[in-house]
Amino acid sequence: MARLTPENEILAREIIGRYPRPKSALIPLLHLAQEQDGYVTDDAMAHIAELVGVTSAEVLGTCSFYEMFKLHPCGRYVINVCTNIACMLCGGDELLHHAEETLGITAGATTPDGLFTIEAVECIAACTEAPALQVNYRYRYKVDNDAFDSLVDDLRAGRLNDEIPPHGTLARVRQHIPDDKRAFIVSPEEAAAAGEPAWMHAHETPSVEGGA
Amino acid sequence: MITDVEPIITARFDQPDAHTIDGYERTGGYQALRQVLASWSPARVAEEIKDASLLGRGGAGFPAGVKWGFCPPGVWPRYLVVNGDESEPGTYKDRLLLERDPHQLIEGVLIASYAVGAAQAFIYIRGEMALAQERMAQALNDAYARGYIGKNILGSAFSIDVVMAWGAGAYIVGEETALIESLEGNRGMPRLKPPFFPAAKGLYMQPTIVNNVETLSNVPWIVRHGAAKFTALGAEASKGTRVFAVSGHVNKPGVYEVEFGVTTFRDIIMDPAYAGGIRDGNQLKCFIPGGASAPWFFEEHLDLPLEKGTVDRAGSMLGSGAIVVMDHTTDAVKACMAVVRFFAHESCGKCTPCREGTTWLERILRRILDGYGRPSDLDLLMDVADNISPGIAWPPKQTTICPLGPSAVSPLSSALGRFRGEFEAYIARAEAARAEQPVVLAGAHAHAHDHGHDHDHDHDHGGHH
Repeated sequence: MARLTPENEILAREIIGRYPRPKSALIPLLHLAQEQDGYVTDDAMAHIAELVGVTSAEVLGTCSFYEMFKLHPCGRYVINVCTNIACMLCGGDELLHHAEETLGITAGATTPDGLFTIEAVECIAACTEAPALQVNYRYRYKVDNDAFDSLVDDLRAGRLNDEIPPHGTLARVRQHIPDDKRAFIVSPEEAAAAGEPAWMHAHETPSVEGGA
Repeated sequence: MITDVEPIITARFDQPDAHTIDGYERTGGYQALRQVLASWSPARVAEEIKDASLLGRGGAGFPAGVKWGFCPPGVWPRYLVVNGDESEPGTYKDRLLLERDPHQLIEGVLIASYAVGAAQAFIYIRGEMALAQERMAQALNDAYARGYIGKNILGSAFSIDVVMAWGAGAYIVGEETALIESLEGNRGMPRLKPPFFPAAKGLYMQPTIVNNVETLSNVPWIVRHGAAKFTALGAEASKGTRVFAVSGHVNKPGVYEVEFGVTTFRDIIMDPAYAGGIRDGNQLKCFIPGGASAPWFFEEHLDLPLEKGTVDRAGSMLGSGAIVVMDHTTDAVKACMAVVRFFAHESCGKCTPCREGTTWLERILRRILDGYGRPSDLDLLMDVADNISPGIAWPPKQTTICPLGPSAVSPLSSALGRFRGEFEAYIARAEAARAEQPVVLAGAHAHAHDHGHDHDHDHDHGGHH
């Protein structure tokens, strides 16, 4: 259960192939696991460890450092209410309080139906739009109590399904480097052996090849 | 002084399709790259950027061109890393640059990589910025498809892969050596400098240039218009324009690109063309001039220009271009707590003075706010602060590997230095309450509260400490 699916394993290998060292892919791969299951499962971490060539403990070591990775199931919608300085000055704490009252849970908890998790978070870089929140990392600006209530209604009714995917999905566009376009992704050792890049002396003297 | 300059890096912000490759190409996009590959040597690019005195826009304000020159000669491969982990409280500009004009950054990355001879470039975007990641992934795919990235770019000898990486929620990763650790797949804890100055020993222990999103977004314009036109804008060490986010108790919070070095805090906070003054006709109490790490400024600092050296000498910093304004209704103790708590939360736990010190600062402030403060607490706060940042001076000294710990001291010394009476009032109320209650009960209450519900501890501290 909950190892990466065959499709995701293919994606995982592609992601690993974009880095000079496989371990550099750990964070994107943990995101992929969280996208698949809504949180990061032990089995997924074991699978990632195999793919990257490190121990499961090393994967957990990285995973547990970063707040976005959830090691236990959380709500389909994770609502992050900013309580840092700019939002605090403009009603962030009051918005958090309203969210807790409305959903009947305290920050950090998940509603019994598994639909909502509330988190009180630090600055989300929307300071001029305070108080701000994110639902699964999608922004809502200048949120008052009414706006929060209709947001919750819309989420419950599925009216925002197109805009807000379930927790775990970040960008819905993935980077893809076609094989015929790829330049030079190799290990640092191989790159060292190759030495100075080919273009470093381009256009240095009028007779240099370079350019075209 | 408010000057009427054309925006450099936010010029396409009103263009709805600026994030698409067609929208970018239509407005001069990738012309700077073409120009460079057609006739400029890498050394000439580096020289031009150095001549432009382009200061880093991430926080430290170090000249980018000088940084590029720090790679030890003859050591290969080199890497280029873009720091898009914008998380300094109040800061809100790199996200907009990523979302609205991703190709401008990509073009800057390509030109910079050409200049320094990078084997590969990475654009590291903050984990919480889903739209920025989406736009960047699309932009990279399109730029590959049109031959701007990859093998023999535009038919030249220049080849490079640009890869998008993204984080997962950790402010400390904005520190360049922590970002490199994160990019290597590790816990994002800073490395000791020296020896690990990234330009010498960075990603995979190879020479690595780490530049901020806004910094590199300036590069295409400088190439196209020349360093002289860039340095014609600004004053003293601060050239070109800069993007500032003005938030808090102002009438028109917003993100404004202004001429660097000459525009004043009063202009950007009070002028109707910018933030438009304090809300509800209220009085200014204080403002944070450059992100949560910066010591606070007050009424008497309003006429200072947004110029790096001037602000440094006045005892704070422009940092990441984040101005947070507080009016006279603000509770200084609560505001101080919001910022100190942030650093306590985000301490990576590597250095004891920061890990323990910021945690204790938060706990002491928490008990003051909750009505359990003690008269000795204010000295205790400063004593703990002094252990993180000896002398509590500016620029700060530090007992830690990175500046995160000392950053928590800035708001504390500012708030306590200027608004000590507000802290004392909290403590006086606590004293009065204690006088009416048996001592045992008060102690029991305090104890119960320490373990009670607490919104500020919703995150798993275990992951960080």
